[in-house]
Amino acid sequence: MFNHILRALTKGPVTEPAPSPSADGLAELAGRIEAASRARLGRSLSIRAVDAGSCNGCELELHALNNPIYDVERFGLRFVASPRHADVLLVTGPVTKNMAEALRRTWDATPDPKWVVACGACAIDGGVFAGSYACVGPVETVIPVDLRIPGCPPRPAELLAGLLSLLEHSASRG
Amino acid sequence: MTDQTDTASPNTARLFDRLDTLGPRAVEHRPWPRHLTDRAGWLTLIDDLEKDGGLALIGLWADADAGGHKVHAALRDEASGTGAVAVVSLPCPDGRFPSLSAVRPSAIRLERAIQDLFGLVAEGLTDPRPWLDHGRWGLRHPLANTPTTTDGTAPPPSYPVLPCEGEGLHQIPVGPVHAGIIEPGHFRFTANGETVVRLEERLGYVHKGVEALMRGQPVERAAKIIARLSGDSTVAHSIAFAQAVEAALGLTIPPRAVWLRALMAELERLANHLGDIGAIANDAAFSFLLAHLSPLREAVLRAADACFGHRLMMDCVVPGGVAPDIAATGPQRLLDLTADLRRRFAPLVAVYDDKSSLQDRTLTTGVIHRGLANRFAAGGFVGRASGRDGDARKSPGYAPYTDLEFEVPVLTEGDVNARVWIRIREVEQSLSLIEQIIRRMPGVPRGPDGITPPPLLTLPSVGEERAGMALVESFRGEILTWVRLSADGTVARCHPRDPSWFQWPLLEAAIEGNIVADFPLCNKSVNGSYSGHDL
Ligand code: SF4
Repeated sequence: MFNHILRALTKGPVTEPAPSPSADGLAELAGRIEAASRARLGRSLSIRAVDAGSCNGCELELHALNNPIYDVERFGLRFVASPRHADVLLVTGPVTKNMAEALRRTWDATPDPKWVVACGACAIDGGVFAGSYACVGPVETVIPVDLRIPGCPPRPAELLAGLLSLLEHSASRG
Repeated sequence: MTDQTDTASPNTARLFDRLDTLGPRAVEHRPWPRHLTDRAGWLTLIDDLEKDGGLALIGLWADADAGGHKVHAALRDEASGTGAVAVVSLPCPDGRFPSLSAVRPSAIRLERAIQDLFGLVAEGLTDPRPWLDHGRWGLRHPLANTPTTTDGTAPPPSYPVLPCEGEGLHQIPVGPVHAGIIEPGHFRFTANGETVVRLEERLGYVHKGVEALMRGQPVERAAKIIARLSGDSTVAHSIAFAQAVEAALGLTIPPRAVWLRALMAELERLANHLGDIGAIANDAAFSFLLAHLSPLREAVLRAADACFGHRLMMDCVVPGGVAPDIAATGPQRLLDLTADLRRRFAPLVAVYDDKSSLQDRTLTTGVIHRGLANRFAAGGFVGRASGRDGDARKSPGYAPYTDLEFEVPVLTEGDVNARVWIRIREVEQSLSLIEQIIRRMPGVPRGPDGITPPPLLTLPSVGEERAGMALVESFRGEILTWVRLSADGTVARCHPRDPSWFQWPLLEAAIEGNIVADFPLCNKSVNGSYSGHDL
């Protein structure tokens, strides 16, 4: 174990440089975020992930964001355990009817100002599960959505680019 | 003489030796036989299950067609060493069937799901509460021939948790939304101080209606849905579905496709094990291993992406073959990957082995006893850590594994530590399998014009109804997938049974007597799929 630590100290971090914030994401956010809330948040966002019926593919890639290669915390993006600590709800899945109420309640428990990110094809339009008797459909039919990150699942770099665009926007004051 | 006739008489021979007495064989079912029985035959089956612990229930599902409703039970002979597999089917003209739950507790949740989805009544079911249906669909019995609509806006009925009373007991409700990036489900702990007296799981939150969505769809469309049943097992579920369809149609796919499927399956197993071993250590507050193992998982996913164009290899296995052939640079890249992983993985295993503070958390924690694992026919690392040596790659076995050399590690302690070690050993086996597959895989076939066709066949149209079944080993354990195809080639019914069905109930037993703080550790070491189970 000491060898591992020594090597890590001498070889430097394995973390890769950040992708540039997604242009689509920036455009989508333009005009949605109030200047006042930007000032309050600064360059940091606490994210609460909510699985509203995903196949767990999106979760696997969200987990990857926390690995040392992507190291999402260096940007001030942090996954938190409670919606009460969160600025952002990141929702995955086609919102199953059995989860819709839990999602709504999680949203209610998140303090303002808050943003909602629909992550993955299912959260955006229901994906392959669209039209099922057991699914409500896109996240936006249950709670308002501010940013969409497409993909099935989105690659970690795409997730990062999307979240960075949110961060840039919440930080810029103009 | 009378003695001899007695031992050979149908009533004393083991069930697998007298399946024909249950009823006639259905012709359209492959590769294992299916026997159509009646109520008396079904009761005989229950009797046999009660007497013969070597008879494993490996699946239980219902079907609805113009002829009415049926239930199907899939069985395996685990005592004789043959590993023979068979399906027994019972028509339910009056909407009822005798429950198997009293003799196989693994049937409880499967029968509750059948009651919810088909409206059939499992007579004598030991726990008749609804399971997947939370009263929110606006629909009852969605898979039955005549579903009934309900008022979707009415408040859902309350769900009574099982009573657990005693002095000093308190309840801790957790979920469905959990603190972390995890799937949703509800856990109700009853604790006495720190110690868990009982855990009750409530699942079904991510029920997406997968089986109804597949019904009536062309096979290609259904394959896309199955690939999203449980993202971490997308390759394994896709293989199981493809094999079931190919068995039904009697289709032999190109050999290269068979090998490429196994290559993807081992990459998937490797990625999951590497990530989860780190995550288990992290749940014991030893984040060092997660920090070092998660980059190894990332390396596998990137290699998969470079080889097949998708990090999780979703939609790469399709009925008829595989969708893209491996990239030209893929084989070398994977050999480099395994060499790199061998170099980096072994020292991390040594760290796990050396840390007594970590072992202190994992040893004797969350024990699942062998007898219980047997009754649930638990597979995968959960079964293998509790003394069960089942592995669908060996028994019933399928190509190309029958030509490959690998071992199935088995331990008997049944604790978190044993489950971790099984997964460590399986990482080593998968590395070796990947190398063997790359060295021995049939080459790219080139047509005379120099064009290389992808290893994929178009599905033949057979013009009659067919049924097929497959048993495939995912990283979590054995998947059973059953398919019935209509005469026009569309999917009439598909039932994918994720290994989680038989592992989730064992978690309830594993945590008993442990402290609440060890629950994440126990849960992660069993690692049931919510989505794969909830359908
Ligand atoms: S978008 Fe794709 S990966 Fe994400 S939950 Fe839906 S099916 Fe799974």
